[in-house]
Amino acid sequence: MSESTPAAERSEGPPRLEAVESVPDTSVDIRVEEIAELPPGKMLEVDDVTLRFGGVKALDGVSFHINTGEILGLIGPNGAGKTTCFNVMTGVYQPTSGAVRFMDEPLGKRNKFEITKLGIARTFQNIRLFHNMTALENVLVGADAHHSTGIFSALLRLPKHRAEEAEGMARAQELLKFMGLERRADELARNLPYGDQRRLEIARALATNPKLLCLDEPAAGFNPAEKARLMELIQTIRDQGYTVLLIEHDMKLVMGVTDRIVVLEFGKKIAEGLPADIRDNPAVVAAYLGVDESAS
Amino acid sequence: MNAVKSFFHAMGTRFRELPRWAKVLLAVAAVVFVYLLPIINPPLITTTDSDFGAVLFLCALYSLVALGLNIVIGYAGLLDLGYIGFFAVGAFTVGVLGSSHAKLPLLLCIPIAMAATLISGVLLGAPTLRVRGDYLAIVTLGFGEIIRLILLNTDWLSGARGISDIPSPPSWAIFEIPHITWQGFTAFVDLENTTTFLEFGVTDSIPYYWLALTFVIIVLFLDWLMQNSRVGRAWEATREDEDAAELMGVPTFRFKLLAFATGAAIGGLSGALFASKQAFINPDNFTIIYSVLFVAMVVVGGQGNRWGVIVAATLLTWAPEKFRFLSDGRFLLFGVALMALAIFRPQGLLPPRRTVRARAAEESEIVEEGAVNV
Repeated sequence: MSESTPAAERSEGPPRLEAVESVPDTSVDIRVEEIAELPPGKMLEVDDVTLRFGGVKALDGVSFHINTGEILGLIGPNGAGKTTCFNVMTGVYQPTSGAVRFMDEPLGKRNKFEITKLGIARTFQNIRLFHNMTALENVLVGADAHHSTGIFSALLRLPKHRAEEAEGMARAQELLKFMGLERRADELARNLPYGDQRRLEIARALATNPKLLCLDEPAAGFNPAEKARLMELIQTIRDQGYTVLLIEHDMKLVMGVTDRIVVLEFGKKIAEGLPADIRDNPAVVAAYLGVDESAS
Repeated sequence: MNAVKSFFHAMGTRFRELPRWAKVLLAVAAVVFVYLLPIINPPLITTTDSDFGAVLFLCALYSLVALGLNIVIGYAGLLDLGYIGFFAVGAFTVGVLGSSHAKLPLLLCIPIAMAATLISGVLLGAPTLRVRGDYLAIVTLGFGEIIRLILLNTDWLSGARGISDIPSPPSWAIFEIPHITWQGFTAFVDLENTTTFLEFGVTDSIPYYWLALTFVIIVLFLDWLMQNSRVGRAWEATREDEDAAELMGVPTFRFKLLAFATGAAIGGLSGALFASKQAFINPDNFTIIYSVLFVAMVVVGGQGNRWGVIVAATLLTWAPEKFRFLSDGRFLLFGVALMALAIFRPQGLLPPRRTVRARAAEESEIVEEGAVNV
């Protein structure tokens, strides 16, 4: 704090947010019943999915699966189809052919919100918070995914409304604390520092009680130290029982946190396996660095 | 503008610091004062060129309209340029059922009118709410005109002749309330000029004002209940980012339709009150210019703030009556005022503020910081 008095600071407008760094409190227990006893094995299966936009094949016969309780890394150079793959999994696009199965059930033509209710939640590569709502309200909207209060329960303030509001509030505060955002709870989302916005997106997605959490480049724009901290946080989330699908650009970073890795290039899967194998896979090295001329 | 803002902020802080009983007392006093406005006829505020009671009735009526439209535009972010259509459906339902084709009492007509507008809201919304933004505005604009043209060209609905003898609410004449007149700033009780509580007649608009005001208060309360719930949050999230909201589990289409239908029902209620007060309606009462005026009220007030839109609706109704002596010059002033607003305060007079929780937290944080600094 500078030598200026708090009163003077207040009159200057909104308090300077960057002054205090947000520290996630990973000791908070964010587990929920829904994910407590999931059967081990394949949680989500992408089966021979092809997606065409006119003549362009954004995804070309992509198949992979995610096991319950793991962190799967989805990597690939720019334009490889990582985000498109996310969009197919969350119902934004319908695959031209092939199917996505979640807990052995094909997603079919389900709406986006229905898929979220099934248990797949995501964040966005370019932050898409509800900017004019507070951080707390953002998370509450996520928590509302498993609520069913309609206009009549709300107008009559029925016990259901009250129970769900209390549950949502408790869940939201728990998640904000976990993400280190509880001090920011009542700030508008657009006024949060960049890193906090990224973490708030994760909190909002977690609030939907997802069985599978899909993070689309959550560390984009972070410096290496911040990235490392975020990866630790993601590991904690996994340790608490969530299954995570992580898109990331940065190979080195992904190696450290993921259990398995799927590599896409030009809409095709070029490799899949343990991080150590991926690192030495010539096709992956070629995709990222180009073909090593001197070695050939 | 900053000075004004900090003044209101200080007033707000002072109000919140009052003990509970004092808050309740102040609120009750304010409500009583608003109810008694047409009796008191406060100088400067009262309109000299037109009946003050009638002006206040219109203020309350348009506040109701603005509250309904605020749900559609302010909360859910759906630009509806055909709101007069719902107003007309409400008015004509009362006209048809209360006068031209049946003689149902008004108190029965009002709920039917609200149900009819609710259904028309769903019928319009179900196919059109899939289009977004400007396209929705154009579709709703068309809806408003279609309703007017149907009214104008359907004989069963009386066509251009309109409907007269629309029923009034039931009256119980209990006691007389003398008005207050002012000479300069001295008040006199005028025993000659009285309002009967509670007699809905053609000459005295004041009982209608009380009725409309009562509805405004009820709708305000319901509005607050809706906004502070999952429903309100879902609307706001949809307004902020429809795709993201959907991916966070909000069934956006269902909630947009709900906003549309709720807004329509409130529009129908105001239309019904309007018809009853006027006793005569014809399609010319429902031209597109009113749709534009209603949207102006919401935008001027600050989209999404229920108090803001009430202030704007009142101001935009009262000012043209107050300055009636300027005749057409009023519209020039109106235009200039809107332009000034667009330049200096594009977010509206009273844009929605952060939640009460947010302010409470801000204050507690300041206290914390203060403690650290001391």
